[in-house]
Amino acid sequence: MLKFMERVGDDCLYFLEQAGRMGIFLFNCLLGILRPPYKLGPTIRQLHFIGARSIFVILFTGAFTGMVLALQGYYALRKVGSEGFLGSAVGLSLIRELGPVLTALMVVGRAGSAICAEIGIMRNSEQIDALECMAIDPHKYLMAPKFIAGILSLPLLTFIFDVIGIFGGYVVGVGLFGVNEGAYFQGMYSSVDWPDIHMGIVKSLAFGLLIIWIAAAKGYFLHFERSGGFGAEGVSRTTTNAVVLSSVTILVWNYLITAILL
Amino acid sequence: MVEDNRKAIIELIDLEKSFKQQKVLDGVNLTIREGTTMVIVGASGQGKSVLLKHMLGLLKPDRGRVLVFGRDLSTIGGKELKEVRQEYGVLFQNVALFDSMTVYDNVALPLRERTKSSEAEIRSRVEEKLALMDLQGTEDKFPAQLSGGMKKRVGLARALMLNPKIVFFDEPTTGLDVSRSNEIYRLFYKTQAQLKYTAVIVSHDVPKIFKLADYVALVAGGKVQECLTPEDFQLSQNPAIKAFVKETMGPIYSSEEEEMGFYETDQR
Repeated sequence: MLKFMERVGDDCLYFLEQAGRMGIFLFNCLLGILRPPYKLGPTIRQLHFIGARSIFVILFTGAFTGMVLALQGYYALRKVGSEGFLGSAVGLSLIRELGPVLTALMVVGRAGSAICAEIGIMRNSEQIDALECMAIDPHKYLMAPKFIAGILSLPLLTFIFDVIGIFGGYVVGVGLFGVNEGAYFQGMYSSVDWPDIHMGIVKSLAFGLLIIWIAAAKGYFLHFERSGGFGAEGVSRTTTNAVVLSSVTILVWNYLITAILL
Repeated sequence: MVEDNRKAIIELIDLEKSFKQQKVLDGVNLTIREGTTMVIVGASGQGKSVLLKHMLGLLKPDRGRVLVFGRDLSTIGGKELKEVRQEYGVLFQNVALFDSMTVYDNVALPLRERTKSSEAEIRSRVEEKLALMDLQGTEDKFPAQLSGGMKKRVGLARALMLNPKIVFFDEPTTGLDVSRSNEIYRLFYKTQAQLKYTAVIVSHDVPKIFKLADYVALVAGGKVQECLTPEDFQLSQNPAIKAFVKETMGPIYSSEEEEMGFYETDQR
């Protein structure tokens, strides 16, 4: 019993320590973004890596998500004879929920994992210590461009996802099942309002911050990992943890933001 | 401690540090004076690197003080620590070059991030440093494409880029063959004569490293046993230093004990 209590206490302490570290880390990174000098080059490189290079996968996921939504939606709506609502069903689910969430999950898989591994390897090979000893703030030099790029990229990628998804739905709904083209777009036009779009933007901004925060902090604090953060295995384990944690956090925050904004 | 009137630039006072249950540093006292070369020796696992990390401000002590330029690294804030570190140059044990940057970008980084130099100025200064380290033609290579000795030289070029006042070397010749080690020592000697920096070297390379040292300090049992000139160090009567010298510098110093061992065997 005593052992069990000890373990619970130990876990709580570890969790609190981690949370505190991550909080301070985020604060320092945000300070790093605000503090001059501002360098465009590294931010553009990160925008290219996190944003531009994710476009292809977003196009694919967006198109097929829209298509399957139309497919499922068509069969469900046909039962009640309201195929005309297909456009609004596809539009609303994409803009409010699936667009931001799936885009974020794709970026976690593609860029989040890479960022965690990159920073983790830099930590393991003392490159971060080297930066600190050279009086270069790693929060500003390494993290700030990633945060800016993450926060800017996610809404843009989500827009692309939504647009492609809506056209995917169009191809299946209108092209395949013969739903009236005017009804598809008119339904969407009349049911999607500014609050829906606003919710999508808030979500994607929040997810952009979360993805980079978790991935970068996990890599940065690799040496504090309780399961042992050293070596190649440590990096791979921590990267997996970061991906799982980011994905779960995105889903939890998706619910919370929806609950707050609805 | 040897009498020396030069200004103390780093002072470690009663430094203690534990990792979980293990006490690595148990009351370390050490003074490093301006312009001198301090060599820290000791068997593996005695806390040399931990000691170095305290001087770099990468670890905070559980107790005691780390004074650099009179400022206590264990209590100052991030901004002040950054100011202290602006006077540092560090050559890490595994060099810690930024592996996704070319040699040129690695050496140019301190200039780009810490000064407002133009790209032309940076180029001329980087080229000058690379030439000093005999590294011309490697500008566009990545660290993974370099040999161990070359990496160390790039690391040294990067460490010396902004003419630091204190340069730390963590095992600068580990993993290098004799001629490459000598090359690093020669570069060290040359650059120190030129830039007049204070050097702190953690090394295993006994006795060769004694040639470069003004002072040698032995870390054993969580303490700095003594800090002496290389000559005094080799003749010291401190049991820990005697044992270290015996182990690292061969049988000359242990002939008596060898003979004793002989008798013991005979008695059996």
